[in-house]
Amino acid sequence: MKVWLFHLAVLVALAVLALMLPAYHANNLARILMLAVFATGYNLAFGYTGMLSLGHALFFAAGMYGAALPVSLWGLGALPGLALGFLAGGAVAAAVGLLALRTAGVSFMIVTLMFAQAGYLTVIYFNQTTGGDQGIVLSGAGRMLAGLDMTQDGPRLMVALGLYAAGLLAALALVQSRFGRVMLAMRENEERSRMLGYDPFRVKLAVLAISGLYAGVAGAGYALLFGYAGAGFSGVQYSILPMLYSLMGGAGTVLGPLIGAGAMFYLIDIASGLTTAYLMGVGIALVVLVLFAPRGILGWVRERVLPWLP
Amino acid sequence: MGFGPFLLLAVMEGLVSAAVLALTAVGLSLVFGVMRVVNVAHGAFFMLGAVVAWFVAGHVAGPPVWGWLAALVVAPLVVGALAALVDISVLKRLNYEPEAVIVATIGVLYILEQAALMSFGPDARPVAAPFTLRLQLPWFGYSGYKLFVVVAAAAVLAGVWLLMARTRFGLLMRATQVDRNTARAFGINVDRVYAGTFALGAALAAVAAVLVVPISQVHYLMGADPLLLAFITVIIGGLGSLRGTLVAALVIGLSDGVISMFWSPTLSKIIATLLVALVLVFRPQGLFGAKA
Amino acid sequence: MAAVILEAQGLARAFGGLRAVDGVDFALQAGEIHALIGPNGAGKTTFVSLLSGRIGPDAGVIRLAGQDITRLPAHLRVRRGIAYTFQITSIYPRLTVFDNVALAAQSRGVRDLQAAVAAALARVGMGDLAGQEAATLSYGHQRLLELAMGLALQPRVLILDEPTQGLAAGEIAAFTALVRSLVPETTVLMIEHNMEVVMSLAHRITVLNFGRVLAHGTPEEIRANPAVQAAYLGTGDAAA
Repeated sequence: MKVWLFHLAVLVALAVLALMLPAYHANNLARILMLAVFATGYNLAFGYTGMLSLGHALFFAAGMYGAALPVSLWGLGALPGLALGFLAGGAVAAAVGLLALRTAGVSFMIVTLMFAQAGYLTVIYFNQTTGGDQGIVLSGAGRMLAGLDMTQDGPRLMVALGLYAAGLLAALALVQSRFGRVMLAMRENEERSRMLGYDPFRVKLAVLAISGLYAGVAGAGYALLFGYAGAGFSGVQYSILPMLYSLMGGAGTVLGPLIGAGAMFYLIDIASGLTTAYLMGVGIALVVLVLFAPRGILGWVRERVLPWLP
Repeated sequence: MGFGPFLLLAVMEGLVSAAVLALTAVGLSLVFGVMRVVNVAHGAFFMLGAVVAWFVAGHVAGPPVWGWLAALVVAPLVVGALAALVDISVLKRLNYEPEAVIVATIGVLYILEQAALMSFGPDARPVAAPFTLRLQLPWFGYSGYKLFVVVAAAAVLAGVWLLMARTRFGLLMRATQVDRNTARAFGINVDRVYAGTFALGAALAAVAAVLVVPISQVHYLMGADPLLLAFITVIIGGLGSLRGTLVAALVIGLSDGVISMFWSPTLSKIIATLLVALVLVFRPQGLFGAKA
Repeated sequence: MAAVILEAQGLARAFGGLRAVDGVDFALQAGEIHALIGPNGAGKTTFVSLLSGRIGPDAGVIRLAGQDITRLPAHLRVRRGIAYTFQITSIYPRLTVFDNVALAAQSRGVRDLQAAVAAALARVGMGDLAGQEAATLSYGHQRLLELAMGLALQPRVLILDEPTQGLAAGEIAAFTALVRSLVPETTVLMIEHNMEVVMSLAHRITVLNFGRVLAHGTPEEIRANPAVQAAYLGTGDAAA
């Protein structure tokens, strides 16, 4: 019970923060929240179930274009756009999973990376429709969600917060459920889990599809909130970022991805003020994390201070 | 130019690609074969070799051949040394755990790329070829240097084979590949073999870069495509099989050259990446690899 | 005559050139405790791995309660009622004792998870250790945890692979009593090297050697069997 209260308190604190922040940071927070949704879903597969995927950019892009294309081509509204992106992410993840989950470990990582690369190249190849690297700018009905005009800072942040809250609470429910225990079991000892009657393929496929749903809604949300969809979001960087956020914030904790997203966002923000080579920060962060702090920020907290943190 | 000669040109271009690809991929294959880890920063080592080559060539006076030769010596040494450093300071500390190594080498990739961006800059810069000889065929002229690249790559690959099959270090590498713990029990310093292997893999990529740089240009992101293609080659050929890598490089280099000439290069890359994924799913041992 | 709950006919499995299991016929009677003994390398673990589905056979048929399960994957065999405890302890070290057993209990869809876990832990005498992280348990307790997980599955057939290995004498006595209490509701097939345990617990024994059945029968028959003595037991007092 205190777990739920804790997380609700975090959400309330976020809402308060949202109201108080000046415009620049409020917009940053909106981006951070959408990236956190993406990373929360990724973390379900990576941190909780032990699947190292480098293909999530594909699911993010599926959500992004799944919303952006209908909105810009056929004038679809924001809510159906979000729904389509949500489903697109999940469907693509399930399709990839059907093939990729026949492999494991390093091979799984390479297969997912290859599918994501093929996706990126396909977006470039069909740049007549997708706008390629230039991308598509969205406007009109697609930027209005249930009366909220997402071209304005305030409503945009509210939508982002709403989406993150939904994602967080859903993840918490999943992780605390019996299935959540099975996810951990797959990560900890797959052979043992098989001999307890669990089908590794089915469990991992379900988790991958769920993480795809998260990626899809995050991609769709990102496009609709900020009015832009571009090929850059399907590049390998967007497969690496959710992994980095999860590692930094604490893989295997529900709130970790948000912390990691926020920390990295501001680290990069500060670094890009100093040099054009700000991605160096990403590189250094990855190496340092994997060497010295594989449990991440919240992982450390859970070990020392709050052992009941999910 | 008729179809026949056009095809010949495509094949010759493909051969050059295959040669460079084989050299790049062999390094990746060695590292995976002996150390059982995937080095995602392999393309960055390639790029680094090119940057060092540009730097060295720019500082050596006289005709370009001297600068190029100097680069051929210096670049592999510098890149190899750096790779050994990465192995000792990072990979060894991770105990060569495969997934941790992947994450760490992704980090190294970013660091190297951004370091190149900071020092070398975002522009693409050329390096002069050591000689300009033009081979005149009945239908078209062809760069003699490109043909030299094929020959040089073949020579280096023969050297690698000799190293693996005939020298003591090659024996140590093969022993460690078969069983790391047994090798250790026999008194082989596995850590040193690993550092040496990792350095050798990076150095081979640097040699490939020095060879290819007069044909294309030096750019801080130039490692991405070679990395992808090297991955594809190594997987289709069979992880850890040198022979498989060579055959796969030939197939992929040739078909990439041919497809790129007749259709879009993007399309050929899409096909290649999907092919890799499917090979890993349905025939994970590739062409020549051992079934796990 | 008791019903046959698990049987194998002509079961074979080779690894490269080595014929680990070489044409074994086997019948497990419902409600019995059946011991599988033999020298190291005889193929015992391979044989039970074939029965439980961890590896697939090259030839032969396996039937559970009359139904052919030869092609059935391991996790489905577990759901049909075969449970296997590992020779080298395979638990979830970073999870709590409770979570370990809960994973077994919830696999069979039990409604009251707390009660089922408590019951299984109580049977092995670990009721007060539920909150402890499994990695911090003593080796003996880890073996018992493995057993508790098997029990929580409430299987029809419980396969134990060298369950007393590493246990102290007092723990072995408790284990023996526990296994005796499991039958006849559950059928137990166990690989064991501890001859005292085998002779006191087993209703019937099968002896494997070089992947083949050397002998089977009651403990007295096996003890007196000269071929078994030559291959494994030794003669005279050594076997007692």
